[in-house]
Amino acid sequence: MLSESKLKEMLHQMYLIRTFEEKADELYALGKVHGTMHLSIGQEATAVGAIGALRPKDYILSTHRGHGHCIAKGADVKIMMAEFMGKETGYCRGRGGSMHIADMEGGNLGANGVVGGGIGMAVGAGLSIKMRGTGQVILCFFGDGAANRGIFHEALNMAAIWTLPVVYLCENNQYGMSMSVVRAFSIKDIADRAAAYNMPGVVVDGNDVLAVYEATLEAVERARGGGGPSLIEGKTYRWKGHSKSDQERYRTKGEVEAWKERCPILRFRARLIGERVIDEAEANRMAEEARRLVEEAVAFAEASPEPSVETILEGVYAP
Amino acid sequence: MREITYAEAIREALRQEMQRDERVFLLGEDLGVYGGAFGVTYGLLVEFGEERVRDTPISEAAIVGAAIGAALTGMRPVAEIMFMDFITIAMEELVNQGAKLRFMFGGKAKVPLVLRTPAGAGTGAAAQHSQSLEAWPVHVPGLKVVMPSTPYDAKGLLLASIRDDNPVIFVEHKLLYKTKGPVPEEDYTIPLGVADIKREGKDLTVIATSLMVLRALQAAEELAQEGIEVEVVDPRTLKPFDAETVNRSVMKTGRALIVHEACLTGGVGAEIAARIAEGPAFDYLDAPIKRLAGLDIPIPYNRNLEYHTVPQVENIVEAARELVGG
Repeated sequence: MLSESKLKEMLHQMYLIRTFEEKADELYALGKVHGTMHLSIGQEATAVGAIGALRPKDYILSTHRGHGHCIAKGADVKIMMAEFMGKETGYCRGRGGSMHIADMEGGNLGANGVVGGGIGMAVGAGLSIKMRGTGQVILCFFGDGAANRGIFHEALNMAAIWTLPVVYLCENNQYGMSMSVVRAFSIKDIADRAAAYNMPGVVVDGNDVLAVYEATLEAVERARGGGGPSLIEGKTYRWKGHSKSDQERYRTKGEVEAWKERCPILRFRARLIGERVIDEAEANRMAEEARRLVEEAVAFAEASPEPSVETILEGVYAP
Repeated sequence: MREITYAEAIREALRQEMQRDERVFLLGEDLGVYGGAFGVTYGLLVEFGEERVRDTPISEAAIVGAAIGAALTGMRPVAEIMFMDFITIAMEELVNQGAKLRFMFGGKAKVPLVLRTPAGAGTGAAAQHSQSLEAWPVHVPGLKVVMPSTPYDAKGLLLASIRDDNPVIFVEHKLLYKTKGPVPEEDYTIPLGVADIKREGKDLTVIATSLMVLRALQAAEELAQEGIEVEVVDPRTLKPFDAETVNRSVMKTGRALIVHEACLTGGVGAEIAARIAEGPAFDYLDAPIKRLAGLDIPIPYNRNLEYHTVPQVENIVEAARELVGG
């Protein structure tokens, strides 16, 4: 059973992710952000639940929709916001932006602009963990769209034959850009594909943070104990468009509204209040604290310097 | 000094570095019991075991992806792609991932991996097993590209490549594997980005890569009978590229002939020609820079057609005569 402090921390992280992304959306509308972004609003439970099952030294590999993973892995939202605004003080010195935030020291091996971009690397991280004997686990996030790329099949097979400590977590948010899972898959559950690689495949309510936590913990413990990889599919939904260019012609407002009824944050908040872990006032304070942290992050990012053009060539090659 | 083959030199470098550094391991198709498609890794399985001489399924993208993930987390993998033609299957991992992670992450990550792969025609393997695709990785910031022509260079450059903290594409040549040359037994490195003058001459500079270095040297022998003294420069690494040594040679001879096996159009010869034309050697040129390269066609199967697709000794001799005479 999770401790009260851990449960509170999970709710706090979910608020922080939601608030960070709402602010990101706002900054974009104000023209303060260069480029596009992919918001995970509505999917906070998969990030927080899954990463909640890890130890601090474990690794994650994230996706283009990765702000939530990054925050749940313990990133400093000030440094994240600075990266988001392209500043020198950002995680990637302003070279990566929203889609490429990595925190090597914090075990976040990076968000990725390519759908499924981390799936192959997860095999290598798992291999490295095994060869170095460090007892870590690598948790690799990807979306439903990535499960139809060739690398998904190559990598899951390789992780399975080598019994690597990898947990593959598919955040099925129902659409790869506009292509619905109904149109893109001949199967109902992506987790069924685990059978092809002789690894456990579990479907979980991706909007239930504790269900995600429990399923991931089981997979993480199996991986850490030498039992090899797993595939978890969290069924969830992105409330916002794929990116900033999305006109959302492929789904109805009614569908979006129906999923909003299943808001992962409101559900978890109600549950913690129902179980008397927190009360209304404390929940409100948490939401307020998240807003304060995000405002601080914006202030830090806005006050931070731009990268100097004289440093433009830095970082292509290691010395 | 003892003489060993190019393949043995590569194997010796792998063995010595695996003995020296436990983070180094090999992964690729049929490396273990089989010893690699060209026998390069033969015997290493017995010495280092299955963990460090790791046979993979036929999954090129995952081989390179796994090498990147391992490199990112503290290992120093040496991946093998059985034929250079098949790096195309792993290009996403190589180009969008491995090459860019360091820069994209603000210089806070490193990806110390080597991707060994044999290129080249001459084995009758036709269009999908004979390509020289070095221009592809050369075009990608973040990758280094090495192309040794002798056993001595192969060993020293491979040791340097494995110790380099960047992704290095190490392009071997199938027809060079059995060539012999002097190779010290001890451990030594050749820095990446330093060209080597394989033969000195005063009338013409031939800049050649990989197998073409050997053909250029043979051509130089023949041309010497006619009184034409050819200087043969082997860049050894295409990225970083030692333009200084090339330019210095061209400033001495006043003539430049670039020879590579890959297709002419968009090949590295174009880049080398540009480095000469826009550099200090331009004013010293007594004739236009000439390129001799593979035809712009897929490699044909038929022996005679294959022979005429890539530069041969006689083509180099002829091109050199034209340049010196013209």
